Amino acid sequence: MIKELLIILISSSLVSNVVLSQFLGLCPFLGVSKKTGTALGMGGAVIFVITLSSAVAGAVYKFILVPLDITYLQTIVFILVIAALVQFVEMFLKKFIPALYQALGVYLPLITTNCAVLGIALTNVQKDYDILTGIVNGFATAVGFTIAITILAGIREKIEFNDIPKPFKGMPIVLLTAGLMAIAFCGFSGLL
Amino acid sequence: MRTDSIGNRLLNGLFKENPTFVLLLGMCPTLAVTTSAINGLGMGLTTMVVLAMSNLFISLLRNIIPDRVRIPAFIVIIASFVTIVELLLKAYIPFLYDALGIYIPLIVVNCIILGRAEAYASKNPVILSLFDGIGMGLGFSLALTIIGAVRELFGAGECFGMRIMPESYVPCSIFILAPGAFFVLAILTAIQNKIKIEGEAKGKDMSKIQSGCGVDCMNCNVEGCSDRKAAYGEKESDKKEEDLEVLELNEMVSDTVPITAEDITAINDAVNNEEVKEDTQND
Repeated sequence: MIKELLIILISSSLVSNVVLSQFLGLCPFLGVSKKTGTALGMGGAVIFVITLSSAVAGAVYKFILVPLDITYLQTIVFILVIAALVQFVEMFLKKFIPALYQALGVYLPLITTNCAVLGIALTNVQKDYDILTGIVNGFATAVGFTIAITILAGIREKIEFNDIPKPFKGMPIVLLTAGLMAIAFCGFSGLL
Repeated sequence: MRTDSIGNRLLNGLFKENPTFVLLLGMCPTLAVTTSAINGLGMGLTTMVVLAMSNLFISLLRNIIPDRVRIPAFIVIIASFVTIVELLLKAYIPFLYDALGIYIPLIVVNCIILGRAEAYASKNPVILSLFDGIGMGLGFSLALTIIGAVRELFGAGECFGMRIMPESYVPCSIFILAPGAFFVLAILTAIQNKIKIEGEAKGKDMSKIQSGCGVDCMNCNVEGCSDRKAAYGEKESDKKEEDLEVLELNEMVSDTVPITAEDITAINDAVNNEEVKEDTQND
């Protein structure tokens, strides 16, 4: 059991990295990666939300959708659960843990429409993970996201003052960087 | 907007405001499923059906849905159509269902759909909204097919499954793999930037074409990007002050810029200026 979870931990965070090989959560990956500080903040918020939402979505699926035999409604139910969850987490943090809210606050509304969150909830169901495995998978995926976005932000800080051909300024060079990172992450496939 | 016609909506989606190349929306499926032209086309058409149907219904219900809960209501409508389309694909076109996999349910979070619902369908008549959805969907399909065709051509030497490259061509399989998607999109955006730069040099108005979102407006969310709203042609008078989103935006920027809830322009400017926001966070 522990071994299985460890394998999931490594494969979800490094080998099949959520952004660089599955293209989920691309928008914040490209959008909020100008500075390492912000990137880390976003990563933290994503870890928090994805871990929580895989737990809740897994529970909803197992205890509500399966007994009622309405699993075909999973897409609708999951997106609503996630949206409500994010809203709730935001209110909860604001009221009870203001320090954490200060750190993650602005990123939370951005996360509702982050396709990685819904993607993980659906993958967990598709792969028949139980709730615990689902949580580990969600956590690992989010850690992978954080790793990728932080590295990208670091590189973007470095290349900001480089002499880039004019048409490549802005998004194209970032996409090229992401492509090179994706090649680098292909190297992890030898790990398992 | 008076002169809006059906044909106008179709052309607008296809070329003038092409969701992928001009507005840079919906990047996740754009990169993920375009390993071949046929997959790209399939994804594009699937999205088009959802987009057209959700636009139609949101436009029908636009006077019934209360303003405060419109985003959740839109999401439910969109998710319902995605589920219907998913079940239909599973039953009738199983090979496409297998190829697209998890990216079919993820159409729900495709920002093009929510974006069109919010910017067009929720305030325009039914028929026009339907054709706006079809036009945008066609534009998306066109873009996905082009990207898919390029990747398939270099990655497998084929196009729509037909051999194009000479026998001696060794397929460069990296184009089919994940990195290739980033490279192809980077090159296509760079070409678009070049066209824009040259057009500006000749003094043409190129403000419609965004320069690969250098201003960080690729966050796949409806709130947050004023540039995207400008691109959608949303007017400032259309804003509702007690809007939850606006309140959120207000919270996000209120540390730096003293603004009132009514002062939408200031909010937009501040949010647009990502730097300002980030600086406050870092402090």
